[in-house]
Amino acid sequence: MLKKVGEHTIKFTMPPKIINGYAIVGPKEGESPLAKYFDYILKNDTFNEKSYELAERKMLEQAIFGATDKANMLSTDIDILLSGDLLNQIISSSFSARQLQTSFIGLFGACSTMTESLAVGACLIDGEFADTVACATSSHFSTAERQFRYPLELGCQRPPTSQWTVTGAGCSILSREGKGHNITHATFGKVIDFGINDMNNMGAAMAPAAADTLCNLFKDTGTSAQDYDLIVTGDLGKLGSELLIDLMEHHGYKLGNNYCDCGQMMFSSSQNTFMGGSGCGCSASVINSYILAKLDSGEYKKVILMSTGALLSTTSSQQGETIPGIAHAIVVEKGK
Amino acid sequence: MSSVLTYLIVFLIGGLICSLAQILIIRTRMTSARILVLFELIGVFLQAIGIFEPIKEFAKSGITVPIIGFGASLAKGAIEAVAKDGILGIFTGGITATAGGIAAAVGFAYLFALIFSSHSKKT
Amino acid sequence: MDKEKMNMAYSKFVENRLPKTKFFPSLLWAFLVGGLICCIGQGIFDSIGAIFPSLEDKVVQSYTLIIIIFLASFLTGIGVYDRIGNFAGAGSIVPISGFSNSVASPALEFKREGVIFGVCVKMFTIAGPVIVTGISASILVGIIYYIIGLF
Repeated sequence: MLKKVGEHTIKFTMPPKIINGYAIVGPKEGESPLAKYFDYILKNDTFNEKSYELAERKMLEQAIFGATDKANMLSTDIDILLSGDLLNQIISSSFSARQLQTSFIGLFGACSTMTESLAVGACLIDGEFADTVACATSSHFSTAERQFRYPLELGCQRPPTSQWTVTGAGCSILSREGKGHNITHATFGKVIDFGINDMNNMGAAMAPAAADTLCNLFKDTGTSAQDYDLIVTGDLGKLGSELLIDLMEHHGYKLGNNYCDCGQMMFSSSQNTFMGGSGCGCSASVINSYILAKLDSGEYKKVILMSTGALLSTTSSQQGETIPGIAHAIVVEKGK
Repeated sequence: MSSVLTYLIVFLIGGLICSLAQILIIRTRMTSARILVLFELIGVFLQAIGIFEPIKEFAKSGITVPIIGFGASLAKGAIEAVAKDGILGIFTGGITATAGGIAAAVGFAYLFALIFSSHSKKT
Repeated sequence: MDKEKMNMAYSKFVENRLPKTKFFPSLLWAFLVGGLICCIGQGIFDSIGAIFPSLEDKVVQSYTLIIIIFLASFLTGIGVYDRIGNFAGAGSIVPISGFSNSVASPALEFKREGVIFGVCVKMFTIAGPVIVTGISASILVGIIYYIIGLF
């Protein structure tokens, strides 16, 4: 039986469960309004390592091992690890996987990797190819900064549309059995490019992709925004979220108070991050802490998680290419 | 000219040049490397058409401390060396005149890179 | 093309919603910090001139720049210069200290990649264009003056 509904959406017949999540964040994120939900907050963002890359890797490892610990599992109980990050050749993910004795699938969807991995993981489980899947992503402000922007010590101003790459990692454990929240649907996004080429305005580049995926999800499942307790995007930031709301209205869907953005939730306005947080770690840490907690408590019963990614590289942006965006969405319902 | 007045002029001219650059940054979203190159070329140009020296007489460090002064030294070096050494001066002039600045920037950067590491950013 | 039209419309749509930099405060900070750095330069110049009255102005000028470059590299090393740059903007970019900062900051940043491929290679990632265009422009000026000198 084909599990596809509509054009882009998958409906899972045996909804895989998110049985656990673990979120680890850096010190600046530790001062955020969501601080009390995170499992671990770093005291310094080098995590007592020699380089920021090593720190990011260690965070990702801790997220994976932390999530398996919380689920009373061993890392060997995981069938497949799905992981991705922002660094060239996704080194954080593959080098972390080196520590594990499990199969590994590396994913790259820029900042959209968290829901991408959840959606792929859910497919693997519903297709009965795996029992337990770990989905993890990470990002680090300092590693992203040196790869995509400028050296940390360069004295320059961040433009007002810029976002702050979140130092953080998150891991979710998906399982066929057990107690957890059900992933009922997944919509894989299309790559959408509306011709934005400003590297410091990712929100505007990603908003059309987010709107497209969300519209597809609504259309394919025959639902609308009112049917969900929460619709949360990954890292559109303040400007991107406003654009998404406008674009959705243009398509005839009204996003109300039940819409929010992880990037905006991550930092308070006094933290000087302009449009808010971004990066793989942004949605990873918010989803695996705050949102799972709210599902646990029953405050939310049905949510859409949609991480958004800007698929650019330094080479493409230096060559003046525009920035393609992507967004993957999953629907999560509170389990019993 | 009294020294207070000198400093006032230095402050005003230096500040004006920097605010001009700031307007460019805000309006055109130029990166710092582009700003440095642009103002350096302005310096080369001012020296080449011969109006840098009179401005310098008046503005002193207000114009020599900004990268405009660096550009002007490059051009001045080339002009003087051409007068002295002919064709060879075309190549030796600019770098000779600014050797101190470039060597200092490279040397101190090297030294401090060995001593210090990048710090984590908070804001 | 239809796609292009749509992109244009979207760009315009985004443009209208862009948050604005606070224009005057940022201008004021650039003015104050830029002016101050120039005054510090003048102070160093005058001090050297007073201590060593026999030196030519040109030599004193060179020493002044070297001292500013030293101070800026040092402030970069201890992690202060980027904080100044954060509020001063062009005020700390345009003075020669900004050039020094743009040489020192990548050198520090890429230290982990080793001395040769990190520090030495990356040192000019930002300041490279300044040196290349500067030297090329000086060669051009030299050629022009050489040709003028022939007549």
